[in-house]
Amino acid sequence: MRGFWKLAWVEIKIYLRQPEATFFTLAFPILLLLLFGSIYGNKPNPFFGGRGMVDVSTPAYLAMIIGSTGLLSIAISVSSYREKGVLRRYRATPLRPAAVLASEVVVHFLMTLFGGALLIVAARLVYSLKFEGRPLDVLFGFTLSCLSFFALGFLLASVARTARTAYILGMVLYFPNLFLSGATIPKQTFPQALRAASKFIPLTHVVNLMQGLWIGDPLGKHVLEVAVLAGLLVLGVAVSAKAFRWE
Amino acid sequence: MSLAAPAIAVNALAKSYGRLKAIDGVSFSVGTGEIFGMVGPNGAGKTTTIECLEGMRFPDGGEIRVLGLDPRKDGQALRERIGVQLQQSALPDDMKVWEALDLFASYYRKPADWKPLLDRLDISDKRNSRFSKLSGGQKQRLFIALALVNDPELVFLDELTTGLDPHARRSMWDLVRAIRERGKTVFLTTHYMEEAEQLCDRVLVIDHGRIVALDSPANLVRGLKSEIRILFTAESGLDPAPLKALAGVTRIEQSGERVLVAGQGDRLICLVINALDAQGVRFRDLRTEQPDLEDVFLALTEEAGLEGRAR
Repeated sequence: MRGFWKLAWVEIKIYLRQPEATFFTLAFPILLLLLFGSIYGNKPNPFFGGRGMVDVSTPAYLAMIIGSTGLLSIAISVSSYREKGVLRRYRATPLRPAAVLASEVVVHFLMTLFGGALLIVAARLVYSLKFEGRPLDVLFGFTLSCLSFFALGFLLASVARTARTAYILGMVLYFPNLFLSGATIPKQTFPQALRAASKFIPLTHVVNLMQGLWIGDPLGKHVLEVAVLAGLLVLGVAVSAKAFRWE
Repeated sequence: MSLAAPAIAVNALAKSYGRLKAIDGVSFSVGTGEIFGMVGPNGAGKTTTIECLEGMRFPDGGEIRVLGLDPRKDGQALRERIGVQLQQSALPDDMKVWEALDLFASYYRKPADWKPLLDRLDISDKRNSRFSKLSGGQKQRLFIALALVNDPELVFLDELTTGLDPHARRSMWDLVRAIRERGKTVFLTTHYMEEAEQLCDRVLVIDHGRIVALDSPANLVRGLKSEIRILFTAESGLDPAPLKALAGVTRIEQSGERVLVAGQGDRLICLVINALDAQGVRFRDLRTEQPDLEDVFLALTEEAGLEGRAR
């Protein structure tokens, strides 16, 4: 993998230089936490099954970060690299094409993880966030969710002819996912019909999985979510493998 | 040049996009250490050819050997040994100049030290600048630096100076000559005839995917057999008859004091001046117009161009 880690490192630096990318991944989740935390606090509440608002929202905000790196960051950066000719320039070197795509995945995973870690640290320090889950299960759920949303991002970059189209598609998918999945507004507040409809929003399954694993549910209790996310991963990889173009 | 194995050997290369034959049976070879230029109108097949040589595109037919390798089968090995400047490419906007060089160097088994390249390409003061903040000429110099970062044996330059101002263009020419002086072979495409004339040992003229001519710039101009024009101002009493009788003169035009003598032959200018001197005619503002590669290019591609438009 000659050049791969250096590429990943340079891409991380580039990511951190882009204010719009760092805002959505690193800053926005914390702002949201502070906003809702200042309104509702983190007092135990029967509405949230005896837990506090922050205890329930933090894993949901993790889902929000995953949705934005997958549907926005990956889709936009990969399609604009193609449109500008960055991918073309890499192709003229001995670097393996798979290394370019793998570095995108690694960099976005690390950035998502970093954003999630900042959020958790902030929630812990400011609102004494409680964690009742198994760390390895949570990490598994987080990684699976990342991979399947990154695959959706690659799918968007593959079907969109231009970076602009990828950007629009990403936005059109991102906002319903953000608001109807429970990632920002707790699903407990949704009317019945909306709660039923939210099952068809991919990010809902990330929210359910992360919230469940956070309070210590065994993985066996979330077979549906794991299956849906694995299915999206397979779909995203299959379509991208067929439709992805280098130029 | 002829003894060593050629750097590039192309035989009956063909590539179509749908029904359009972008390259239609092109054969040529490029010697080691040569600066070889490919010229032709837009859409003539220059970029398709260069991309087939680089292994970026695969031909439908014909055979290619670059440094003895088949770009289709040995693409990976070939890319280790060639340097490429692409016509349309970019780097991420927020990548810095030094990061790009350091990164690209890491892609190769035997990278050159990239730090001296900053000086050679006159971008040392830009080493911490982001790609998006560079001017067109600086971007182009960075791309050349990237093409040299593996100390390649053969360098491909596709439309190197398109969009650059005349000053930047001339400094690019010096760079290309410097690359050759280091013993490397250069294959370039351009649509500036002056550039081809200044830089190239041999020029291939391509049009509609076929080779129209292939020779040194001087031979191409000589082969055109177009007229040399001598223009001057005759001060008094010029008798055109003795001039008309000179060997090689085809016509004389006079308007007031301005005289134009047109004809052919290497000795034409000498003959005309001697004849004027013999007549005792005083003249001034004498200049000559000789055909250059641009005339060759227009003559060779004109017919095909008109034909192309009629289709």
